[in-house]
Amino acid sequence: MNGQAITPSPEMLPAIPGHSSAHPPRPAIPTVGLVNGFFEWFGGLGTFSWRVLRAAVTPPYEWRELIRQLDEVGSQSLPLVALAGAAVGAVLSMEVRSSMARFGATSILPSAVVYSVIQEMGPTITGLVVSGRVGAGIGAELASMKVTEQIDAIEVSAINPYRFLASTRILACILMLPLLTVAADASGVLMGWVAQTLVQPISFHQFIVTGFAGSTLKDFLPPTFKTAVFGLIIGLVACFQGMRTRGGAEGVGRAATNSVVLASLFVILADVVLVKLILVVFQ
Amino acid sequence: MATALETPTSLQDPEEHSRPSVVAVEDLFKAFDGQVVLKGIGLTVRRGETLAVLGRSGTGKSVLLRLIVGLETPDSGSVCINANSIAALSLDGLNAVRMKMGFLFQHAALYDSLTVGENVAFPLEHHRRDLSKSERGERVNQLLAEVGMEGNLDKMPSDISGGMQKRVGLARALALEPEILLLDEPTAGLDPISSGEIDELVLKLQRERQMASIVVTHDLHSAKTIANRLAILDQGSVIVEGTFDDLQQSTIPFVQEFLSHS
Repeated sequence: MNGQAITPSPEMLPAIPGHSSAHPPRPAIPTVGLVNGFFEWFGGLGTFSWRVLRAAVTPPYEWRELIRQLDEVGSQSLPLVALAGAAVGAVLSMEVRSSMARFGATSILPSAVVYSVIQEMGPTITGLVVSGRVGAGIGAELASMKVTEQIDAIEVSAINPYRFLASTRILACILMLPLLTVAADASGVLMGWVAQTLVQPISFHQFIVTGFAGSTLKDFLPPTFKTAVFGLIIGLVACFQGMRTRGGAEGVGRAATNSVVLASLFVILADVVLVKLILVVFQ
Repeated sequence: MATALETPTSLQDPEEHSRPSVVAVEDLFKAFDGQVVLKGIGLTVRRGETLAVLGRSGTGKSVLLRLIVGLETPDSGSVCINANSIAALSLDGLNAVRMKMGFLFQHAALYDSLTVGENVAFPLEHHRRDLSKSERGERVNQLLAEVGMEGNLDKMPSDISGGMQKRVGLARALALEPEILLLDEPTAGLDPISSGEIDELVLKLQRERQMASIVVTHDLHSAKTIANRLAILDQGSVIVEGTFDDLQQSTIPFVQEFLSHS
């Protein structure tokens, strides 16, 4: 133990007039650390985004890896997203029906279900489901590659990891989210009709005609395409968390968890902004 | 594989000494979080020469390799590859230099989602687009045969031993026919027979390809076998550099202690 620094305990410190030794002043360091960490994280994200953007727009393009990621993000997430959309559609139909029945307005139920699913529930649920499945997958995969020096191995092979790993995954998320949203919307509307027709039979054709009555493309396209922004957020946050990982298996777990938590949080926050933006621009 | 190891060609020929340095490291400093790891390192390696960098764990041997390949940037000092400072290069320029280097990581760092064959083919797919699929396959087979891993093409990295992973890592490092080979602890964690096989492989490559190699290791026996010159690092500085005989004659207490414990 010779030469080891001894950290004085509060009891060892000389008494300071005006301060009770039993309650030493609490240092402000945790708050400072939190603020520093906040700016450091966003600064790092900004630098990371710039590197990815620069890598993505300059050749050579990684078409094969992009197609692999489109499959990973798109077709692998399809069953889960469709199932979540179906559940939301069915629940909405049942809940809205009981509310509408109080006012004798069950005739507008198809419109209520269609608008709710397509304008808000479908996009949001798709964003959250993909945040969970794809965000955790990308975060854990890249973090594992980082701690086992596989990303370094890519770099020393003269291949830009921002292009090969990050830009392909982010682009796949941007492209696939709107398509997955369409799938969630379709299954939501379908299950909304099933839930409705079990209580009060109505043909699917009638349900759709009533549901979409008076609507235009601008009612449905902006909410669907806003999920491309969700895709950008999910891909960017997950790749950033994965590629900055440190600290072995624990770091990999932390990266996966943080990817899901942060991506979900930012998707919800972005939704608030995008909904307002869509209302201002399109209505 | 269990034949007696040959000793590396010594650089006794004066012409060999007049060859320009392929790798030249000058006055290199690097610190992490305020802790100085490298303090003014200077080393040179010529074509056909193997330099072994020895030292205790945590003395910055691996950091030195990472600086040479551009995975880290030095706080001061320079790394020159073929007389070009890598600090002055753009990313494209650095990548062009990296294509002349092969790097074997301490734990091989094979891509765990790809098979052995796909790992070796990976650099070829990205940088040798002129090769057809069959030519690439042929080249992969040839590289795997060179490291004694033929017939393991479709195995996953997790299904092969540590020694085999290092051989595959070496095949991948050689895929682009580099001029410079950087080996980070090539025999660490291997049994004596596997270590001997890796040493023999490095010697064979040195003989056949005449590459400039830097081997970071704490295995003195391996260093003595494969290297023309040895350098010992202590507390971030090169304290002695020369042939094994030079090291044995050193009066520096740390060198004597290092040699006696190895």
